[in-house]
Amino acid sequence: MNPRAQVQLWAAKRISAAVLALCVTVHLATMIYAVRHGLSATAILDRTQGNWVWAGFYLLFVLAVSVHAPIGLRTICGEWLGFNSRAVDVVLAAMGIALAAVGLRAVWAVFAS
Amino acid sequence: MTDKIDVTVWRGTEQGEFSHYSVPRLPSQTVLDVVTYIQRRLEPSLAYRFACRVGMCGSCAMTVNGVARWTCRTHVEKVAPHGVLEIAPLANLPVIRDLVCDMRSFFDKWVRAKGYFHPTATRTDPIVRVHPVTPARRAADAGIECIGCAVCYASCDVVAWNADYLGPAALNRAWTLMNDERDSGGDVRLAAVSGDAGCHACHTQMSCTERCPKKIAPTAAIAGLKRATLVALLAGRL
Repeated sequence: MNPRAQVQLWAAKRISAAVLALCVTVHLATMIYAVRHGLSATAILDRTQGNWVWAGFYLLFVLAVSVHAPIGLRTICGEWLGFNSRAVDVVLAAMGIALAAVGLRAVWAVFAS
Repeated sequence: MTDKIDVTVWRGTEQGEFSHYSVPRLPSQTVLDVVTYIQRRLEPSLAYRFACRVGMCGSCAMTVNGVARWTCRTHVEKVAPHGVLEIAPLANLPVIRDLVCDMRSFFDKWVRAKGYFHPTATRTDPIVRVHPVTPARRAADAGIECIGCAVCYASCDVVAWNADYLGPAALNRAWTLMNDERDSGGDVRLAAVSGDAGCHACHTQMSCTERCPKKIAPTAAIAGLKRATLVALLAGRL
């Protein structure tokens, strides 16, 4: 991989990490709020359905995960398992796309169903 | 303080074993004193490396009770209060024999990181005046005292995991040159230090900064290189 792509990858990892720091905090706080207030699945869906703010937030969350996880796994594959081939990059890119697809489907489900 | 030190010393190359020695304990005794006693009185075939004995040359670094240190500047009472010492060669480097490592891969990486000066002037040009308080000069000063002892390199987990990783010392050297206003090798150097084997592989565990006997912070230098590569990327210079 050329230096330019390497730096792009590093920047994507750092930016997605910053986004995740915010998103994970908000997500955990929301979960704790929902549990402590005894919100049912129906009550939660009432709040999320048609709510563009929540949909936008979780869209950002899913995209950050989809970018961050494959890059981090690429490092783990290289350093701990010794897998450094182009094939690993392709598999991890596919995994990122799959994460995005599954995540976006879930976001759509709580927004539109 | 016990009268004797129970010392185990690595004997062999990559394959080998620890040998046990009993060494008289003395006031203000350094670990290098202990190794020298063993070599001169108990085990003449023991191979080890030292030169200045005063923390200037960086050649006597070894792994002492699991931690990379300059043996000449490490008092026994500091690292072995109960009189037990384990002395091994530096980690992450091939062992030539006993406590002597092959430093070639360490210094080859300085070259790979373009850790050498690219002049912008010739010998006929006037000497450039470098103001000592500019931010760039201060950043260079922060890392310029490295003497290449490889303590940081031996302490780095990323080097252990990724043998190609340039390591803290080479990257620190690259960063000092990036801040040398007389140097012209910036963009080439940034390309050389980018990527899986370069500054972006650093996990910021800071073992190098923790262990550096010169109190240099290679972690800060590596962070500086990461920022510089990003700026170069955005500016289209990478």
